Amino acid sequence: MTAAQLRVQKDLTELELPSTMTTNFPDPTDVLNFTLTITPDEGIYKGGVFRFTFNISGGYPHEPPKVRCTQKIYHPNLDLEGNVCLNILREDWKPVLNLSSVMIGIQYLFLEPNPDDPLNKEAAEDLRRNREGFIQNVKSSMRGGTVKGETFDRVLKA
Amino acid sequence: MAAAVLNGVTNGIASSSKIDSYLADESRFASIDKVLDRRGPWTVEEFVGGEGTKDFLRKQSKVLVIGAGGLGCEILQNLALTGFNDIHVIDMDTIDISNLNRQFLFRESDVGKSKAIVAAEFVMNRVPGVKVTPYHGKIQDHPTTFYQQFNIVVAGLDSISARRWINATLVQMAEEDEEQLKPLIDGGTEGFKGQARVILPTVTSCYECSIDMLTPPTAFPICTIANTPRLPEHCIEWASVLEWPKVHKEKKLDTDDPDHIEWLYQQASARAAQFKIEGVTWALTQGVVKNIIPAIASTNAIIAASCCNEALKIATAAAPYLNNYMMYVGNESVYTYTFEHEKRPECPVCGGESLIAEAKRDWTLERFIESLINRQDLQISKPSLSYSRGALFWPSPPDVYTATRPNLEKPLVDLLGEDEGIVVTDPALPVSVNISIKYV
Repeated sequence: MTAAQLRVQKDLTELELPSTMTTNFPDPTDVLNFTLTITPDEGIYKGGVFRFTFNISGGYPHEPPKVRCTQKIYHPNLDLEGNVCLNILREDWKPVLNLSSVMIGIQYLFLEPNPDDPLNKEAAEDLRRNREGFIQNVKSSMRGGTVKGETFDRVLKA
Repeated sequence: MAAAVLNGVTNGIASSSKIDSYLADESRFASIDKVLDRRGPWTVEEFVGGEGTKDFLRKQSKVLVIGAGGLGCEILQNLALTGFNDIHVIDMDTIDISNLNRQFLFRESDVGKSKAIVAAEFVMNRVPGVKVTPYHGKIQDHPTTFYQQFNIVVAGLDSISARRWINATLVQMAEEDEEQLKPLIDGGTEGFKGQARVILPTVTSCYECSIDMLTPPTAFPICTIANTPRLPEHCIEWASVLEWPKVHKEKKLDTDDPDHIEWLYQQASARAAQFKIEGVTWALTQGVVKNIIPAIASTNAIIAASCCNEALKIATAAAPYLNNYMMYVGNESVYTYTFEHEKRPECPVCGGESLIAEAKRDWTLERFIESLINRQDLQISKPSLSYSRGALFWPSPPDVYTATRPNLEKPLVDLLGEDEGIVVTDPALPVSVNISIKYV
């Protein structure tokens, strides 16, 4: 077993996730690739089901895991390709952080979207200028609606 | 010795035979013999000296050099001239034109050939009596038995993952059998900085113990590269991190493919022009995406020299060896500092305990796990077990639990062979435990 796999075993088996997050392993023999599902129970994104893929390289924990959102969602800190703007996934990553820190960090983006660190500039501008209007746009995007000419994925709980 | 070789060179063509006869003469080791023939004020207690020591160095010891690049060329040269005569070298790379300024065992006509093979041939032609055995390939493709044949491993690598791998492999070998303890001498350079360290697997701190000291790879905030680029690097990262996957979808970026670099360079240049940023060049583009660190030949020479002196001291006991970490900082004047990096008790590679667990042939996996939970020397309650094929039984996360739960009822003998290792982690353990099964 590689040192990265050992560390992932420790990280994953000792995860204590809140009920709003679940992990899913398409191939349970491959623990380096899995998805995280977040169902926020408060905040603007409540009612949505958001999926992220985690891809952990052999360089972990020297290198951070690669995380992408699999859906197209209207969020200031996510772009339309699923890139996530979270400091600990890039410039502030440290080997002492673990998968739990990353998951909690991503969930936090749904509770407190951060307009000062935008990846989707229109959404950030929207949130800064008119919070109420932004909330309406988020609701509409989560139903699969169109916001500012972009159609988003329907992410509402079935 | 250096002076004699130099004279040979300056004296012109006629002197090449002079060099040959000089190198063929065993007395060329006269300087080294002075420290091998008799005790000195710093000689370590175990030192015997004389013919036995020289015989071990020159006829019996077998050294593995990992990497035949910037450090590797220097290491091979030094080892050969120090008197190590059975050297093996492994490198997966081929020679690139950009290597030639410092990797002096290679010539322009060697571009495209295997570094290990060319380096071995060069050293054998140059230094009579030395046997260098090359391996063109990855260290990970060789089994443990391959590494068992060597006395010392000297690594001049540019990759963290390769270092972690060889370190973990050597620690595991020493854990399983004390006789298989192979000193690992690890050199590394980055511009004017470098380090040399001696790792005695299971005895001293290992490479993984110090993994937290490494600076994580440079990364810029993704929001900056997406919206407010200020540096040429921001434009290049934008092209590689955001634009490449957007345009090429599933096609992966190959940083060794010049066409891919060219595409990134074009994209980054256009973006730089848009934001009035100067400095995007083809070389910088390649440097950023391949994370190329400037290599300075003389830093490599300093670090390799230090590594090879340690190899000589370990092989002969002529002087105390480095304990255990020497850092060399040449970018702010010159500063070197040697310290003992301590073992990290929670190191996942060498901190873990290794123990043997007995099992009855009719036990199920569940019964075996129960026996582990009952062990006084473990104190665990919710263990996760893995083996060579992945998770054997993990109580969480739910998916892995569901997938591995059926293993609980299976007979242990069907899952694990005699002496097959498993790795156990538990919330109560700071580290993992390696367990080998013994059927009784």
